[in-house]
Amino acid sequence: MTTWGAILATAAGCYLLKLAGLSVPQRVLEHPVMARMSDLLPVALLAALAAVQTFSTGDSLVLDARVAGMAVAVVALLLRAPFLVVVGAAAATAALLRLIN
Amino acid sequence: MTEAVEGWPVTRASVLRTALSVGVATGAYGVSFGALGVAGGLSVVQTCAMSVLLFTGGSQFALIGVLGGGGSPVSGTASAVLLGVRNVVYGASLAGMLRLHGLRRLVGAQLVIDESTAVALGAEPNGERASRLGFWATGLAVFVLWNLATLVGALAGSVIGDTAALGLDAAAPAAFLALLWPRLNSRPTWLTALTAALVAVLAVPFVPAGVPVLIAALVPAIAVMARRRTA
Repeated sequence: MTTWGAILATAAGCYLLKLAGLSVPQRVLEHPVMARMSDLLPVALLAALAAVQTFSTGDSLVLDARVAGMAVAVVALLLRAPFLVVVGAAAATAALLRLIN
Repeated sequence: MTEAVEGWPVTRASVLRTALSVGVATGAYGVSFGALGVAGGLSVVQTCAMSVLLFTGGSQFALIGVLGGGGSPVSGTASAVLLGVRNVVYGASLAGMLRLHGLRRLVGAQLVIDESTAVALGAEPNGERASRLGFWATGLAVFVLWNLATLVGALAGSVIGDTAALGLDAAAPAAFLALLWPRLNSRPTWLTALTAALVAVLAVPFVPAGVPVLIAALVPAIAVMARRRTA
């Protein structure tokens, strides 16, 4: 397989997976178990994404400036800061810590 | 997020602001992807083609990681597609609110990624209209900025690849946390969030990048099944 072959095969595979998700039939989604799942699934996905992107790089666990950024984000959220302030405060905290070190 | 009582114009402005800021933060990663692609031996055209055609960051980084590290294109393809499996979960959780058919579904499918899903689900308390706007606005903003940034990164090489110095790697998880926050309104949601976060982080050293989130997606399934059995 050439590099172009790998790119095109991966593109086809990734696209079909995205399309498959969108094409799950409505009656499957309306099943009581699925209905309860749909409340909790986004919570699990968002929590997992936030945690993984805070504590890992590739396949290793890392504690770095991002953790401080997230701590500041939590404080901002507790103070009911708007979305952009929360995100900006986290980035600024991480950038500042890296500048100092 | 704005309360529904404030009316659609306020909600729309809030969703669009969120979409744009997520797009800018994510697009910035495109610079590092472009730089890494070229550094890994891909041409500028190949690197840019990946951002247009794959358009799912985890899979893109996985493929250039394997190709650049001297791995076979077949194993690169396999791990990149495996990482894309989480988009099935995302698509399924979006299907009910988006209800796309025909051409719109074919176009919309390409925009099913971490960020568009997160913003759409985050806007859900403000109604389906806000969710749909969140999905399309975020998907398109990220698509445009991710591809522009890939081109810039590929052309500039490794010179401006350091998005970490700007703290952008902390911006993405903070955005996910801010989207999660309003949903943490009961004991089951807190338990689910904490368990999913813990499971995902603990899985990181043992499975390829992207898979921990998939494993965490099983947490609500197990919780719902367990409650069904005891009920």
